[in-house]
Amino acid sequence: MPKVIVNDVEIEADSKDNCILAARKAGVEIPHYCWHEELSVVASCRMCLVEVGEKKPDGTIVMGPKLVPGCQTPIKDGTVIRTDSQKVKTSQGQTLEFLLLNHPLDCSICDQAGECYLQDYTYKYGKAKSRLDEPKIQREDKYHIGEQIALFTDRCVMCTRCVRFTREISGTAELQVVARGSHEEIDVFPDQPCNNKLAGNVVDLCPVGALCSKDFLYKKRVWWLKSADSVCTGCSTGCSIHVDQNEDKIYRLRPRANPEAQGHFMCDEGRFGFKYIHSENRILAPRIAGTSGASANAAGTVSLNDVSFADPWKMTLDATRKKIKDSLEASGSTFMVVFSPFMTVEEAYLLASYAKKVDTKVRLVLGPVPVAGEDDCYPKGPDGSAPEPSKVKFTIRAEKCPNRLGVEAVLRHFQGEVLHLDRIANLAKATVVYVVGGYPSEWATPGVLAAIGTPSLLIVQDIFESPLSQKANIVLAAGSFAERDGTYVNHAGLAQSTNAAIRSPGEARADGRILFDLAERKGLFNAMSLRKEIGAAIPALKVLAAGDLGEKGLRLNAQIKQPVAAR
Amino acid sequence: MTTKTKKSKTVKWGEEPKIGWMEAMYLPAVFSGVATAIKHVMEGKTMTRQYPEVEPEIPANYRGIHRLNRDEEGRVKCVACYMCQTACPANCIEIIAAPAPKDDPHWKDRDKYPASFVLDELRCIYCGMCEEACPVDAIELTSVYDLTGMTREEMLFDKEKLLSVFDETVNSGKDPVRTNRGQLGPASEVAATAKQGPPPPGRGRPG
Repeated sequence: MPKVIVNDVEIEADSKDNCILAARKAGVEIPHYCWHEELSVVASCRMCLVEVGEKKPDGTIVMGPKLVPGCQTPIKDGTVIRTDSQKVKTSQGQTLEFLLLNHPLDCSICDQAGECYLQDYTYKYGKAKSRLDEPKIQREDKYHIGEQIALFTDRCVMCTRCVRFTREISGTAELQVVARGSHEEIDVFPDQPCNNKLAGNVVDLCPVGALCSKDFLYKKRVWWLKSADSVCTGCSTGCSIHVDQNEDKIYRLRPRANPEAQGHFMCDEGRFGFKYIHSENRILAPRIAGTSGASANAAGTVSLNDVSFADPWKMTLDATRKKIKDSLEASGSTFMVVFSPFMTVEEAYLLASYAKKVDTKVRLVLGPVPVAGEDDCYPKGPDGSAPEPSKVKFTIRAEKCPNRLGVEAVLRHFQGEVLHLDRIANLAKATVVYVVGGYPSEWATPGVLAAIGTPSLLIVQDIFESPLSQKANIVLAAGSFAERDGTYVNHAGLAQSTNAAIRSPGEARADGRILFDLAERKGLFNAMSLRKEIGAAIPALKVLAAGDLGEKGLRLNAQIKQPVAAR
Repeated sequence: MTTKTKKSKTVKWGEEPKIGWMEAMYLPAVFSGVATAIKHVMEGKTMTRQYPEVEPEIPANYRGIHRLNRDEEGRVKCVACYMCQTACPANCIEIIAAPAPKDDPHWKDRDKYPASFVLDELRCIYCGMCEEACPVDAIELTSVYDLTGMTREEMLFDKEKLLSVFDETVNSGKDPVRTNRGQLGPASEVAATAKQGPPPPGRGRPG
């Protein structure tokens, strides 16, 4: 571990670090635009110029005569970095003055305002006034860059992060720099827009407001967005994400850097795939077939200071428990519970332990696992071919659910094996069926309906109306991924915690809360304490006993990995 | 007083003025009051305001109902930056932004505009923070003070109503476009920047 001295503070850095990373470890920010951890180094923005020197073995410090770009300068034992000298400060101020020469300063209408590095760095390192008297160069906005991307050309600082991203990470190389000098612009080839499946990342990469997402354009000012750390449920990669919301409406998803899960990026499928959450088709309240709303008052009332309020959930869950109990007392009755791979580990655990308690012979079944095509690996070759396995930088998985492994681990613990819904056709049909959905799209296919059959009591816990919910005796309005607290286990056995970002619409509730109340457990649903309980109860999920999984998640032991069930 | 804290030492306690027998009679005060009344009667000056027949003089910095200013081409000057909504302590402004209709030549040089701008005149506390926050001098408070309405809904001023306040007040003489802090980049005055043309030779260069 080489020792590096950053502004008189000695720290231990990694031998592969550059000056920016080493300084970051010392808590010192070196401003930069063009450098990005995942991309190649070009050292073109000149924002990270710092003084670098060396501490000789005899203790004398010799500084280099010129400023050097921090992103391009590797460190070694005894490297001395100075970021607070007058020389560096002058350079930073001058660099920013140049970057701002033709920058339009239309912050008031720019979507990046509030999270813009040009704003932040100008505030911290720049000058208050421009000395330019000439009119600024104004350029045409380009809305043809991509289906999801708009380019506000005159805001660009030519860091070329986006260009390098399409060349190095997506491998599709749509973006490029055209012309030279002050005429430089980012552009695409005619009729070759940047529409690859990772294209949305260039918007995040852009340190200024040049590349904007058309989907988010002018929808919300960023300072009103509150963000929750979550996990993308689009596929089994389980990208770490930020869910940005305001007043219970989600405006965008952003990737959260997590080298354990996916790196720095996410795919457009996941990024723009959250809109089903706000669909009008959501089930907004629990209901029991054959009862009207008025009867809700009979049993399900909550008293507070002698005033009674109707509590549809209490009533519905009381009725659910009673009906399950009554139905199972009938002779020849069998109980089946269908789990969804969109459930968190906690929810699967709550439901499985409840079902086992009610009926020890219960059949725990894993519902359909959505699979679409093949794993999609990046960077692509020039002909669109997949890269060699050792060079893969990003993968969009074929398995389109976040937590098959986690739910399977729970089922294996309670039942010894995992039954699949599409392979139980030859078994006797159950008379009491509890089905959990939560799929983002239509999933109650004829095959699923046939496998469930026509039980005497059908309970459906789902987010959308479906043929299944239409014929259900009891429908429980569940929550989408953005409303849940819990744990997802991705394809590689990485357990990540996800946090609720918004409240559920209407009377709907996150599945964890429903199942917690259904199981009549004491207290309130709390993912962290449940994780501890699961970690103690299920050996395969022992790492969950830590409770707090951290921002990056924890890896489960290797044997949890199971291939996708053959169809 | 049980404890003398450090704070109580810093407090200065005022003494009640002592009243002599003359003051205790109250008669001198009564006579001076009557004298004042008689003086006013003799002066013959009207003190009553004949409102609403005669409207009062409103000071120039009075903060009355809002208006949305128009630019030289008659479009709403607001660029929907949400600064006023952010600054508003009463949460009375609600803007919905949209990309400007680029196909329309009238809107060609604008990127963003308010598709909807609703200001709740009842919730507003008339503090003037919106006016101060506006980077393009679009929202202003006028001297119109006599705002009435029959329902709460009609006190929600939308974009058209706020623009009509501008049309009514701008030439009244009382409310000229007050704030004009000059250029703030193309967001505020694209047209002006474009019209500027090349700078005069030698300007801005030393020597």
